[in-house]
Amino acid sequence: MDNFTNFLKSLFLWELLKGMRLTGRRLFSRKITVQYPEEKTPQSNRFRGLHALRRYPNGEERCIACKLCEAVCPALAITIEAEEREDGTRRTTRYDIDLFKCIYCGFCEESCPVDSIVETRVFEYAFENRGENIMTKDMLLEIGDKYEAQIAVDRTEDAAYR
Amino acid sequence: MSARPGIPADDAVNIEINGQPCQARKGAMIIEVTDDLGISVPRFCYHKKLSVAANCRMCMVEVEKVPKPLPACATPVAEGMKIFTKSDIATGGQKAVMEFLLINHPLDCPICDQGGECELQDLALGYGRDISRFAEKKRVVEDKFIGSLIATDMTRCIHCTRCIRMLREVAGKMELGATGRGENMKIGTYIEKSLESELSGNVIDVCPVGALTSKPFRFKARAWELQQSPTVAPHDCVGSNLFVHTRRGEVMRVVPRENEEINEVWLSDRDRFSYEGLSSEDRLTTPMVKVDGQWQTVDWETALQTAAEGIRAVIDAHGADQMGVLVSPDATLEEMLLTQAVARGVGINNIDHRLRQVDFTDQDTAPLCPTLGQSVEALESVDAVLVIGSNPRKDQPIIGHRLRKAAVAGAQVMFVNPIDYEFLFDVHAKAVVPPSQMVASLAAIAACFPEAAGSSADAVKAAISAANPDDTHRAMAKALKDAGKATVLLGNVATAHPRFSVIKALAAVIAGASGAVLSVLTDGGNGVGGWLAGVLPHRGPAGTAVSTSGLDAQAMLAAPRKGYLLFGVEPAHDCENPAQATQALAAADIVVSIGAFASDAMKEQADVLLPTGPFTETSGTFVNAEGRWQSFSGIATPTGDSRPGWKVMRVLGNQFGLDGFEQQSSEEIRDALQQQLGTVALDNSQAVGAVAGAAVFEGLERIGDVAINAVDALVRRAPALQATPDTAAAELVRLNADQAEKFGVRDGYTVTVRQGDASATMDVEICERVPDGCLWIQTGTQAAASLGAAFGPIGIERV
Repeated sequence: MDNFTNFLKSLFLWELLKGMRLTGRRLFSRKITVQYPEEKTPQSNRFRGLHALRRYPNGEERCIACKLCEAVCPALAITIEAEEREDGTRRTTRYDIDLFKCIYCGFCEESCPVDSIVETRVFEYAFENRGENIMTKDMLLEIGDKYEAQIAVDRTEDAAYR
Repeated sequence: MSARPGIPADDAVNIEINGQPCQARKGAMIIEVTDDLGISVPRFCYHKKLSVAANCRMCMVEVEKVPKPLPACATPVAEGMKIFTKSDIATGGQKAVMEFLLINHPLDCPICDQGGECELQDLALGYGRDISRFAEKKRVVEDKFIGSLIATDMTRCIHCTRCIRMLREVAGKMELGATGRGENMKIGTYIEKSLESELSGNVIDVCPVGALTSKPFRFKARAWELQQSPTVAPHDCVGSNLFVHTRRGEVMRVVPRENEEINEVWLSDRDRFSYEGLSSEDRLTTPMVKVDGQWQTVDWETALQTAAEGIRAVIDAHGADQMGVLVSPDATLEEMLLTQAVARGVGINNIDHRLRQVDFTDQDTAPLCPTLGQSVEALESVDAVLVIGSNPRKDQPIIGHRLRKAAVAGAQVMFVNPIDYEFLFDVHAKAVVPPSQMVASLAAIAACFPEAAGSSADAVKAAISAANPDDTHRAMAKALKDAGKATVLLGNVATAHPRFSVIKALAAVIAGASGAVLSVLTDGGNGVGGWLAGVLPHRGPAGTAVSTSGLDAQAMLAAPRKGYLLFGVEPAHDCENPAQATQALAAADIVVSIGAFASDAMKEQADVLLPTGPFTETSGTFVNAEGRWQSFSGIATPTGDSRPGWKVMRVLGNQFGLDGFEQQSSEEIRDALQQQLGTVALDNSQAVGAVAGAAVFEGLERIGDVAINAVDALVRRAPALQATPDTAAAELVRLNADQAEKFGVRDGYTVTVRQGDASATMDVEICERVPDGCLWIQTGTQAAASLGAAFGPIGIERV
């Protein structure tokens, strides 16, 4: 019996028709293609993109060089050096993230006791030269300054779940 | 787990811990037994080397038939005791105590240097609650300034009083104390001042929290980033064991490595903080050659070739006798061996490591090497010690600590010193005399022994017969004679004394007559190694005879040579007579300096600079005063283009076309010497030989002992150590009030001191520890770099 139905199905190209039915449905339904870069997909407030170092509203950098992010980083992408700043506070003198090593897991952000290192929604970046993959402290702070408004909103939204 | 070795049957009690029967020593505290058995009991205030305070209450354990939990650190074991360390009562007590401790402890672990190696942090993980029930205000305590070495964050203090007990019981001076009670209790110095103890850094180790941390290390690195490697301290003849912590090949800090036989769990500040000098600006990073008065950076081959050609040129033009080789007593055994092999290979016999010694009269009859003659540990169980020309507290802080332990246990410690050094225990008797009178004072002690007139050199016999013993001398002699275990200890001041040979002979007479052990504390980290390696003008490695004796360190500078090879030496600081050394080097045709540092002065004098690694960057061996060989390996990444010293000397040997420079490792060099030496028992007994005659002079004498933080190039470049009160005092001229009045000077006056042509301008401090007729100007320091002999005539005038 099975052999007979299989024979009929192949004779009338039944599988092909099944496929064409789906194609036909999609041909007339609403399109979901995103016209990147003109159009963009929506992002979660937990999106983990390019890193940034944040500041307090008074302009003071948040990072206190506790090095927990460096310790937790599974890809060993973070390198920190620290010393006592003139006012006696603990500060980094070097905060490098190697974006080639980074796997964007977000552990650094999770481990940070002062919400200093964060991953922003920025994901569109490229390097044209060797060495540009290393984000230095100044670059990270600059990104933080640039996107602070968005970063702050995202953290507030997520605060209830943290 | 029942019978444990080391407990005699009549001294043992049977107890049960967590249901396991075991034996313990009668009178032992519960925590000692559990620690021995590896059962963990949490604690903060208990420290095995300190007295029991029982004030943190963290070590609560349950004992059967006792209604409340008991502190394990203050409860002695008793027969049949049943102890439970993990029962509900025990852990309940521990958790309750932890909650109270955390009430006032700040939650600043992320910025605390102790984070990651904090006892409170560790135990809070095991015994703390997840959520704090304390909503009231936390206590805040003002930080204190206690010097350049220790940073304070007193809010973090949990009042365990370990630091107080450590400074009182180990360092010997109650520099920290507690004021107030309960929550208002504060640890501090009461009146703001810097800690002065030479062992003060140990409070960093004993502090269970981050209240006391290392200032030079502040915020530099985290415990989990550091790699720990064992090594040996190079600054004194004790050879303290230590761990160097590195991060990415860079030395970040130094902590003690426990060795009961040497430094126990302690470390002197000098050993702990000297690592700062490793990254000094003076570090030599590439080989350099002076061409027409200009320094040029060159590759190793060119530099070694220039050095070899320069030395060869001097030898060809003036003979090998016109070359002098000075080796630092901090060099490793391997470096010393190869340096002397190179020197002797090209015919140079003028080689020495005894840079601070003046009197070499008796060197031909000297034993294989000077030695402590006993273990460092044994020093604390002596009954009487006569210390001659030594300030062990500052010269070898660990020896000072052992002597203090002996004294506290009832030993009679006596001193014959040119300065009335501060000792933090009861001194049985002391003779504080000007250096020129030390021989007479020792002769007077010797004269108290009837058997002392026996065989000895004529000069010694004459001194003894001319002696005029007083009650002090008789008391010293009696104490030595009556003691079960006695020691006569010669220190660095004695070694640098212009009549060292006589002092040593008299010390030997006194030791012989009283049945005491004669001990010598050598200079530098490897003074004994210098003797064994044959860095001596009159002996080769392992004490072998040499065909021609060369000039000693003093003679080759007094009669300037045409060329010098310096290994790790800074003549203006390391030599006994800086002015003389500077002059001799300035007049030389070629000076080849091999070492880790090159100061501006060195760059002026030298012609070739070869960078070598200090003790952290080379493998090697130090032989301490006991004769203990301690080998270590290179830990840090070499700075710049520097190379281990033994490799440099090996290649220099090849440059000269010498045989026997094919060693592949430092171990190979060491083993060869060890084989040559075989097993020899070290002792200081010496055949009767020539001794120095008396040098009588009128007027003021200088007392120039080596300042604690100026002993070697590395220490001199450690900023935190250079900011301690010890260093500040070392830059001064100190004299007593009577003398000051005589010369019309007062505290704070600026004076010029003169030794022949050499002079220096310094500030005056009135110090009653200095005897009449003396100026105390320590050597090795910046201020003394332009002065002459450490001991000898000196003049003073007001500016």
